[in-house]
Amino acid sequence: MRTKSGALLLLGTTIVLSACGADKENNTASPSAASPQSSSTASATGSATAAPSDSPAPSAKDPVTLKLMTYTASGQEQTLKAMIDAFQAANADIKVDYEVVPYADYTTKLNTLLAGGSAPDLFEVGYENFLTYAAKDQLLDLTPSIAADSSFKPDVYKKLAYDAFNYNGKQMGVTESFSDVVLFYNKDLFDAEGLAYPDASWTWKEELTAAQKLTDAKKGIWGTYAPIQFYEFYKTIAQNGGGVWSADGKPTLNSPANVEALQWMIDKASKYKVSPPLNDDTFNQPDADLNAFVNGKLAMARFGIWNFAKFSEAKFNWDIALEPGNTQKAHHFFADGLVAAKTTKNADAAWRFMKFFTSAPEAVSKRIEAGWSIPAVTDPAVMDAYYKQKPPESKQVVTDALDSLVLPPVGPKPEKWGEFTAAVGEELDKAKLGRSSAQEALDAAQKRVEALVK
Amino acid sequence: MVGQRKWSRRTAAIVFLTPALLCLLAFQLLPMVSSILISFTDWDLLTHWTKMNFIGWDNYAQVFREEKSYTAIRNVFVFLLGYLPSIVVLGTLLAVMLNRPIRGVKVYRAAVFVPVITSWVAVSIVWRWLLNGQSGLINYLLSQVGIQGPIWLQDDFWAMIAIILVTLWKDIGFVSIILLAGLQDISEDYYEAAELDGASPWSKLWRITVPLLSPTLYFVVTISLINSFQLFDQVLIMTNGGPAGATSTIVEQVYRNAFQFNKMGFAAAQSWVLLLIIFVSTLVLQQVQRRWVVYDR
Repeated sequence: MRTKSGALLLLGTTIVLSACGADKENNTASPSAASPQSSSTASATGSATAAPSDSPAPSAKDPVTLKLMTYTASGQEQTLKAMIDAFQAANADIKVDYEVVPYADYTTKLNTLLAGGSAPDLFEVGYENFLTYAAKDQLLDLTPSIAADSSFKPDVYKKLAYDAFNYNGKQMGVTESFSDVVLFYNKDLFDAEGLAYPDASWTWKEELTAAQKLTDAKKGIWGTYAPIQFYEFYKTIAQNGGGVWSADGKPTLNSPANVEALQWMIDKASKYKVSPPLNDDTFNQPDADLNAFVNGKLAMARFGIWNFAKFSEAKFNWDIALEPGNTQKAHHFFADGLVAAKTTKNADAAWRFMKFFTSAPEAVSKRIEAGWSIPAVTDPAVMDAYYKQKPPESKQVVTDALDSLVLPPVGPKPEKWGEFTAAVGEELDKAKLGRSSAQEALDAAQKRVEALVK
Repeated sequence: MVGQRKWSRRTAAIVFLTPALLCLLAFQLLPMVSSILISFTDWDLLTHWTKMNFIGWDNYAQVFREEKSYTAIRNVFVFLLGYLPSIVVLGTLLAVMLNRPIRGVKVYRAAVFVPVITSWVAVSIVWRWLLNGQSGLINYLLSQVGIQGPIWLQDDFWAMIAIILVTLWKDIGFVSIILLAGLQDISEDYYEAAELDGASPWSKLWRITVPLLSPTLYFVVTISLINSFQLFDQVLIMTNGGPAGATSTIVEQVYRNAFQFNKMGFAAAQSWVLLLIIFVSTLVLQQVQRRWVVYDR
């Protein structure tokens, strides 16, 4: 009898383990992930303070494992791997496990991991989200590690970029890369029409005149394109002297300049017909505009500079120029930073990786070679390599655009960024569908944002 | 000996039930209880749970104050209005057809059930392509018969209709198989007797089939109603709640508030309000069923 119930118990526990699939996975995963971390924390800190950070530690010790989560590496996985390999070769005591998550799911996944207490040691945040995480006390203060690291000088980074990840006097991240959005144009299409290429003097008027000549409905070629969504909106209104927030942080969504700019965004498609119809299903799919440009179906479009590599396969000549504005120039500027979770057990190992990944010449030159956005380093030799890389011919435009950059309009309540962009986006959708006029849409957006920041 | 046998039976029962009970406790009961607690707090996911503030009924008040809640509820009722009558009528017709002694009926029955066992995500992605306004197959077929199809998923009127049609296509197999089982329970004797009395096919349907099928129909209506309130997967993938919120649903709002806006407390309150809505609706349905569901044979 006893052996029978014993067997039953055994059977029972087996069933428990197999029934709760998630539990079982955790059980097998956690010892391997947690024990080396805790056992080698001391050794990592010890070696980091004893020896200058770049010299490899004795390989006899178990390596510390750092987990890294990234979204900018999507499509650049090979480059990321090469950079990590270079780091591991120089730092035998640290192993880096990386995970590339698509941007659409990144924030959701990161927040869930942070809430669950299983955040990766290192992860990327855009400048617009950095303040939220810093304010919610999720990030590791790097100041002690920086102070202890005698080989590090902050001036390896561009000052503006380095200071962007400073929160209340604490350095809580370093800028991994920055990027902007410029006007891309198909030279061959311009040549065929005998038109002059876009230059810095262009405004919306010149863009429209050229686009009208370039549009060829029969061949399915469109003169110009920009999506109607929140990010495009805040940049376009800036090109018309408008803005989302007043100087003292009050929403100004329905200002006349903004309404005029939104009307222009809509008119390109519905009135002048130099852009695809607003309800074109294909153009509403992700990356459809990029594909249309590569296929020679778009004469002008606004794209991020991270697409250079993608366009190298284009079978025509193309170049970039500053975006035409109306009353003034304005260009998107995005800064992606690398930060460490407050809960990381390997603060110094994390700092060594951050420093290497974002500023070491052998790492950033790999980034440049692959055309994966621009490192924020000051070293002229490194940056020279970037500007020499062609196409596009007018690479200098990337830097020129920074003179008129607009940051994501984070506003007085950074933690409401997601809700705020969704609310405005939905009203823009209504204007795009023709369900409300530009004025009505922005009046509604103004009301919703007022309620949000109240 | 008898006592011991009883005891060991009980042990066996406990041992065999433990895995299921543990899972139920860990993955159903515990989250449910904690979601009640969370619904009274301002928890934002990133703040440590020990530091969240209890804010009483504020979240619930906000649910009823927010315009988006009403949009979502209205959208769900629009969906119900299109979906529920169609699935019941079409499901019954299909079940009646599948109940006939046609050659290869088993193949048809299996074919009808295939969409049911396909994942919603896969189905939604495929339908998004089929329904593409410019290059989709559906609009191509419509153009062959001289109809210019709408831009289904980019149009705030047609998007919900598209969602209803796709959901009908996916669910009809399930509903008709359930109803088919109900039909096969009805004895042939009734029909033979009616035949002898010279009843018309119409009165056979209304006087025999529908009353005897009513318990099954009631089950189908209840299940479909609850599923409709939980409308989510297909919406998230096919339209992402758009365009301009035209297909935003209650569960979609819960998801967005919880995982995109980090308003955990508010989202928890929303989901309890949803439970209340479902509870009241099924209660009403249960009251009404006494008038039309026949249990005696």
